[in-house]
Formats: sequence, structure tokens, C-alpha cells
Amino acid sequence: MAQSLDRLKESPSQTAGPYVHIGLTPNFCGIGGVYQSDLGSAMVNDQTKGERIDLRIRVLDGTGTPLKDALIEIWQADSNGFYNSPAEMRGAADPNFQGWGRKPTDMETGICLFQTIKPGRVPFRDGRLMAPHITLWIVARGINIGLHTRLYFSDEAKANAEDPILARIEHRLRVPTLIAERRGDAYVFDIHLQGEKETVFFDS
Amino acid sequence: MAEPGSNHSPETGAFFQRDRQWHPPAFTPGYKSSVLRSPQKALLSFDNTLSELTGPVFGHALLGELDNDLIHNFAKPGESAIGERIIVHGRVLDERGKGVPGVLLECWQANAGGRYRHKKDGYLAPLDPNFGGCGRAITGEDGSYAFRTVRPGPYPWPNGPNDWRPAHIHFSVFGHGFAQRLITQMYFEGDPLIWRCPIVGGISNRAAVEALIAALDMQSTMPMDALAYKFDIVLRGRRSTLFENRPEGN
Repeated sequence: MAQSLDRLKESPSQTAGPYVHIGLTPNFCGIGGVYQSDLGSAMVNDQTKGERIDLRIRVLDGTGTPLKDALIEIWQADSNGFYNSPAEMRGAADPNFQGWGRKPTDMETGICLFQTIKPGRVPFRDGRLMAPHITLWIVARGINIGLHTRLYFSDEAKANAEDPILARIEHRLRVPTLIAERRGDAYVFDIHLQGEKETVFFDS
Repeated sequence: MAEPGSNHSPETGAFFQRDRQWHPPAFTPGYKSSVLRSPQKALLSFDNTLSELTGPVFGHALLGELDNDLIHNFAKPGESAIGERIIVHGRVLDERGKGVPGVLLECWQANAGGRYRHKKDGYLAPLDPNFGGCGRAITGEDGSYAFRTVRPGPYPWPNGPNDWRPAHIHFSVFGHGFAQRLITQMYFEGDPLIWRCPIVGGISNRAAVEALIAALDMQSTMPMDALAYKFDIVLRGRRSTLFENRPEGN
């Protein structure tokens, strides 16, 4: 026997369930007057630097049916590639951009719309630059532990080709599952939870 | 930049690997909704990059006076929610046992009869006009938090022909990095429905289930007012950066 490492275990995850909106977007589900607005619903203001973009994201189940009770959070760098976080040690991020957003999928269409800016490039652990990307975290009824993935951009082919995370994907046919397609000022991104077109999800 | 309201410099080490045998797996067929919503391919593993090590921080200015008081935050002036009045309190810790200060905790729940204030909940138990069901708090310097609420009732749900959720409160927690993001559920000590629930049953390790059961805490009750339950939440710990990129040490 050796000494105990004296560590705790992480609290096990449980599904967010179908009524996640009550806690995380109460105004969206008709519970007014408790919070002024739903946290994470507005990501940019007039002063935010960078190119305005819309993200139109859907989450589809194993039959291809869009989830209408999912909730997505996104986390991204500012237009210069800095995160607005105390753990960002390289410099100060744009004070007019928190970098975090939260949206439920529409209860009719299943579309989740974020209005944000295109992020700059962020260095990988060894200093190489990663391609511009947005981190996504998806929770819903039927999802026992939140799913992590990334959204990359179809008009960043050169940067995507040298991205160290995309390079880790052994099955190259799966790389396009992480690339949102540009349509005008919007990027369209379908997340397939299961099946042939299954999106690459991360354990990081 | 330091944590708001803290004298500690931020930690930058990578997070401990998640123990995915301890968490429920994606596919737990006893919980039917998981069948078509679970990825079948392996997750892509890599050590945290800045995108996972960083995360949003929320200031105390966000909070309204009643945000952590579900008995009153939706109630008409002078009125309060109906049900067994309780205090739910505890600490947010990481796997090293350190309190995690300055993190946002959000909770939501059904009312005392097991009815949610949500248009998709058609359960025949009535809404309580003085209960909304959401609350939030930011942890103190030692990771502590507290809510005041009513104990939620169990409710039936369309899974098996006669499945009932145990009384529970949903919790959503931020850490200091986005990779610590966690949603879980708190259960109540002694509830016999816990061990019959297919959502709880997705967790295979008994000790892991017990980690989600809040203990009755008589020392934190308010006599003649409210009972208390203690619920600690543990987030991923993080590695030391001793030899990584700080030659001067931690």
C-alpha cells in the first residue's frame, strides 16, 4: 500500500432533461420577471470588433430528426484570437466581447441561431496556430453527458488543412462533419448525434 | 488577469481526464430517449488546448437579490411558494478538494407537486402561482453556495409504462475552464425512487449515484422555518504546471 492520493471524483453528469429552459433560458419559456434577460442571449454590441456572422445550427438524432428541446452553448476567441477569460495569459481580449453564448433550439424548426463574430486564430499547445473555430457544448433530453465538438469554417480551407486537431481525425471522411458551410453572412452547421454522418465529438 | 474578487493568480494546467466509466455512458437503453441521441463512434481525445482551458466568468453584479431564493423570486409580494421549505447548500470543489470560487451555479426544478412551469409539461398536478422554479448563485471564495426553495415532488414520465422520477433539482455549473462545464441532478437522502429510476440507473457505479444524493443537514436548518440538505459538487481537477511552462514554479 502507498499513501492515498486523496482526490475526489467528479460529480457524475445527468441529462439536462426536457425542461432545461426553466433554469437556463427562463424568459424563452415564459418565466418572466425572475432574471432581466436570458444569460448568453446577446453576444455582440456596437463596439464589438470583428466580422459579424450568424450561425444556424441544428442537432439531429439517429433518424435525422432535428431536436427541438436541445440547448447549445458556444465559447470562442475574439477577432484577434484572445479569450475573455482569467486563464488567458497572453493579453487582454476585446472588452466588448465575452465570447460565450447560449441558445435553445427553436421549438418548431429546431434551428439554433447565434449572432456573433468570426474568431481569430488561437495557438495550439506547441505554438502552431489552430484554424478559427468555435467550441460547442450540447445538452438535451436523452443526452446523459454534455457533448463537446467544434465548428470550423468552410471558407478557411488553408487554415483548416493545417489545424492540429482536425489533423488528429484518423478517418478523413469525418473531417467535414466539423466544417460549417458559408451561405451569405451565415454559416450553416448540422450536428448529427448518431449514424453515418455522425459528428466528431471530443473528450478533452 | 486575476479572478474577480480574488488574490489568487489563475491556474493554467490541463484538466484531469474525465473518468467516463464513472459518468453515465451516452447509450443507456433503459432511458429510452438516449437510444437515438447517443453517439456510436469513439470520442476524439486530445489534451486541453486554450479553447478548453479558458472559460467565461460571471460577476456578482449579474445577480438580483432573490436569485437564489426560489420561495420568493417568482412569488407575488407578501406571498411565497407552497411546499416543504428547504435550504440547499454546499460547496463546489475540484477533484483535488479545493473550493472553486466565483463560479456560476444555476438550478431548476418542479414545484412541490411535481409540476414544471413549462408548456411541454402536461402533468395534471397544478402549477403553484407563486413558484417559477429557477435560481442561480455564484460561489464564494471557499466555493460555497446556498439556495432557498421548496422540496420538489416526484413526477411520472413517459418512459416505461409506470416510471416516476425521484424528487430532484437540476444543477448547471461552470468552472474556470469550459472543459469543466457540467450539468447534473441532485437527489434527496432516503428517497426510494432513486434506485428505480432509469436516468439514475444510467450510472453503473453505486458510489457515483451516492455522490448525487444530498444529505439531510440538521445543523444548517432554520428552526421553525426550513430544513436543510447539503450537496457538494465536484468539478474536474487540474494538473500542476510545475515543469510545463513556468520555470519559476507555481
